[in-house]
Amino acid sequence: MASSSMEGSMPTMDEYEALLSTTDVELLKRAWRSEKAAPEILRYDFDLVGRVTEQLQLMEETVDEKSTSGADPLSLSLYQMDLDRTLFLLRSYLRIRIQKIEKYMFHIRKSDELWNRLSKGEKDFASRCIDDLKHHLEESVLSKLPENYQSVEKQSVISEEDDMVPEPRLDTFVLCRSKEYLSGIQLEDGPVEDRSKLFEMEPGVLYFICYKSIKPLVESGKIDLL
Amino acid sequence: MAGQSDPELSLFSAEELEFIAEDEIVDIVPNLKMGPLNFISGDFGPFIPQIVAQVPLWLAVALKKRGKCSICPPQWMCVEKLTQVLEAERNSQEMSEQLPFHYVEISRLLFDHANDDISDAYMVRSLIEDIRDVRFHKVETDLEAFNGRTIAVKIKNLSAMEVNIVDRKLSKMPQGGNCEDKVLTAGSVLLNSLY
Repeated sequence: MASSSMEGSMPTMDEYEALLSTTDVELLKRAWRSEKAAPEILRYDFDLVGRVTEQLQLMEETVDEKSTSGADPLSLSLYQMDLDRTLFLLRSYLRIRIQKIEKYMFHIRKSDELWNRLSKGEKDFASRCIDDLKHHLEESVLSKLPENYQSVEKQSVISEEDDMVPEPRLDTFVLCRSKEYLSGIQLEDGPVEDRSKLFEMEPGVLYFICYKSIKPLVESGKIDLL
Repeated sequence: MAGQSDPELSLFSAEELEFIAEDEIVDIVPNLKMGPLNFISGDFGPFIPQIVAQVPLWLAVALKKRGKCSICPPQWMCVEKLTQVLEAERNSQEMSEQLPFHYVEISRLLFDHANDDISDAYMVRSLIEDIRDVRFHKVETDLEAFNGRTIAVKIKNLSAMEVNIVDRKLSKMPQGGNCEDKVLTAGSVLLNSLY
């Protein structure tokens, strides 16, 4: 049996089987939890949502067929429950993302990296939201302010940054867990003399860490947020 | 700077915690015959009367409600084990590692829907409540130990509900200015868990 961790070796039988047996629902649950816990919007999982939507549609058709062909009402209601649970996960996932987009739409629009994390539908939604909000702010308040204060993004013409644009706080603490042993994490937070210390994470153990410190590891999928 | 992070977005409600806990697998003893169930979330069954089956908790509760099965309480949910755990919790500042991550949600669901399947349900319920109280109290005292110089506080073996409490408390901490000003300057809090 292959022993664990040689750099770049094939996954062991156990890992492989674990990969195979992770259902899409579990992956969706993980994406949902990550999205909930992360302060900024994460990458939209196109493949996962696509597959889950397909499975949901298939299941809805199956349930419809079964109910007309007089199947056992008990098993029918159980299938419906499973359907409803998966639907809830999907909806909640999409809803959280929309909430984040609504909060930070100007900030997301400014950054290519963040903008590209949205799905096509979300991009359309964000664009419309931005236009509507801009229009509203200009009509109701900004056009009535003195000329130097009319920008949506800046407090006044002399502001160096876009200080009227809300941004997510990336230094909030999040609960997370790593799938494998990780070392060399630099803590962004804490007394200055400790920042040079490198932090380690053991697999399967929960940690409360400043999001900024682990951002790249979350993006690469090595760390799960809870 | 305009805008502050909304802590409410990232916290799980009690119902959501229960939802997550409902995917935990439990043993049931069905009293009906039913073919395999090929759900989106997995395949379960077939069910044969009197033969123990493993199903997710939500399915077990659904079947139980319709009188189609009885639920086997998990091993940790018995008077002897829980008495041991309560003793251990009272005698040490550490958290016991004998309870599953979702013990609060699982026990609540079983009490609500399968009370008759639990022997000594009253005793079990009161033991679990005592254990919850002792553990919550420990979590609160541990959190109070944070001050400007704390780098890490190690709290092992938290359960889902307790983690939620920590989350809520930490998100309420004043977060203004730069990192050094935060009440919680801890570099990280290490939470071990049986997850």
